[in-house]
Amino acid sequence: MRKLLVLTASLVLLAGCAEEPSNQPSSSGGGGDKDPCAAKSLSTVAKGTLTVGTDRPAFEPWFKGSPKAYSGYEGEVATEVAKRLKLPIKWVVEPFNKAYAPGPKDWDFDINQITITEERERAVDFSDGYFENNQGVLALEGTPVAEAKSISDLEDYQFGAQVGTTSLAFINSTIQPTAEAKVFDTTNDAVSALKNSQIDALVTDVVTTVYLRDFVVKKSLVLGQYPKTEQFGMVFEEDNPLVECVNGALQKMKSDGTLEKLEQKFLQQYLEVPTLE
Amino acid sequence: MGFPPGAEPVPSGPSGSRGRGSRMIGGRGILISSASTIIFFAVIALAVALAPGSSLVAERFFDPYHLNRSLFGTVTTPSVVGAFVLNIKMFLIAEVFILILALVVAIVRGIPGPVFFPFRAVAVGYTDLFRGVPLILVLYIIGFGLPGLGLKFFSSQSEVTYGVVALVLVYSAYVAEVYRAGIDSVHESQTAAARSLGLSRWQAMRFVVLPQAVRRVIPPLLNDFIGLQKDTALISVLGPIEAARAANIYAAEQFNYGSFVIAAFLFIIVTIPLARFTDRLIERDQRRRRAGAAL
Repeated sequence: MRKLLVLTASLVLLAGCAEEPSNQPSSSGGGGDKDPCAAKSLSTVAKGTLTVGTDRPAFEPWFKGSPKAYSGYEGEVATEVAKRLKLPIKWVVEPFNKAYAPGPKDWDFDINQITITEERERAVDFSDGYFENNQGVLALEGTPVAEAKSISDLEDYQFGAQVGTTSLAFINSTIQPTAEAKVFDTTNDAVSALKNSQIDALVTDVVTTVYLRDFVVKKSLVLGQYPKTEQFGMVFEEDNPLVECVNGALQKMKSDGTLEKLEQKFLQQYLEVPTLE
Repeated sequence: MGFPPGAEPVPSGPSGSRGRGSRMIGGRGILISSASTIIFFAVIALAVALAPGSSLVAERFFDPYHLNRSLFGTVTTPSVVGAFVLNIKMFLIAEVFILILALVVAIVRGIPGPVFFPFRAVAVGYTDLFRGVPLILVLYIIGFGLPGLGLKFFSSQSEVTYGVVALVLVYSAYVAEVYRAGIDSVHESQTAAARSLGLSRWQAMRFVVLPQAVRRVIPPLLNDFIGLQKDTALISVLGPIEAARAANIYAAEQFNYGSFVIAAFLFIIVTIPLARFTDRLIERDQRRRRAGAAL
């Protein structure tokens, strides 16, 4: 986690205070003819449209509603970015594993709870972070692991995580359990394993664990969240100039409080979880 | 086994050494074949190297740094070669059970008589079902379904066990059909002759039909095992970390597919010798038949 990129932008988000107006030329409002981020001069995959990729199924509360017009936190963040770039948004399906494949993409950016890391930045470009993520630990009520209060209480249990998540790296590097963690294709499969007691606890982002606790897994509890100061970012093909314009829009959304409002609207109930020491 | 001594065909001089293509081996033949081989591969290499994205593909798939790191693992990612040991184990264990279960199914399917109809029906139903259902669905049903039942013994096994059970169920259905083809290929007169010598129906099957049948189907059996070897990778959907999953973990963390190349390489190292061995068996069999026909 030391390797994770800590973005100063996150501080702005946390403090909720207004930063001085962005000095980037990517203002959403009155861009002149020379504004590289004006809708007309943007070179998007499909001319005149912002095409955004995400995996399917897309999970609440990150995404809600139909793939034609996603709502939910990430859905609305992307929609808001498109609005500020003055482009209509179009959603396409992009499996996580394909998001970093070489070759032309059929989307302008991919938004799918992808954590920004240094290693990944060698292969793709990330936008600034739009959400600060913590890891959450989900277990069943009444099981021994449910008594755990700190990270060091967890090492003797069997963990599960979805493949490709930073949660797995978190298990291996921070919890360091004695039994090798089991790894599943999807969070749904990890949930099946938890219900069947094939794993003692599952680790994923804290928002998802709370969602699972409240809506999916009966008699389950979130042991706590572990602050990792990692950021979710949108994935762009390397050297895509569009990333500057999207960052400009994100910057605006941070400074005028839009991002915080969206976070409160969709995520607030998911973030009130005790912290694991 | 069922052959009288001396009936075992012995590969004899000229007909034995005559392999495919060896007739044209002379100075000129070697020259032409090596030239065409070089040109063939050079054209492919050139086409790949000159492609506009070749450096990107090389970096994303064949970067030595990532190949090496994924092979041996990092703090947060498991070693691909270490995980491959699990594939080998699952393959070897599943293979033994498949050979036994499939043979039982094939024999049961061939038992004559109206009394045994229900057994035959079960055998037919079994092969139809498990050849028709995709392996991944069987894996899900057994790997997540059985533990969900809450039974004492059946619900408390490891995921690897469930995975191997699923492999055995699916592959036995295929292999049973291979056995059956072998059994059907032994002429009825063999059974008739054995019965007239006083062997029981079972003895005729055991000592006359099966030895010939099994020998004939060894190449297709090995072919199925090459498939089995690769399909052990599917067990990863249940949670265990085998080679393909270890590669997937590395790829997702580093955004680099080099780990998959390493995993593919490991599978190839195991399957190629198996494939060559199969070829050799097929050739030997053909030689024997030719020799037999000449007698």
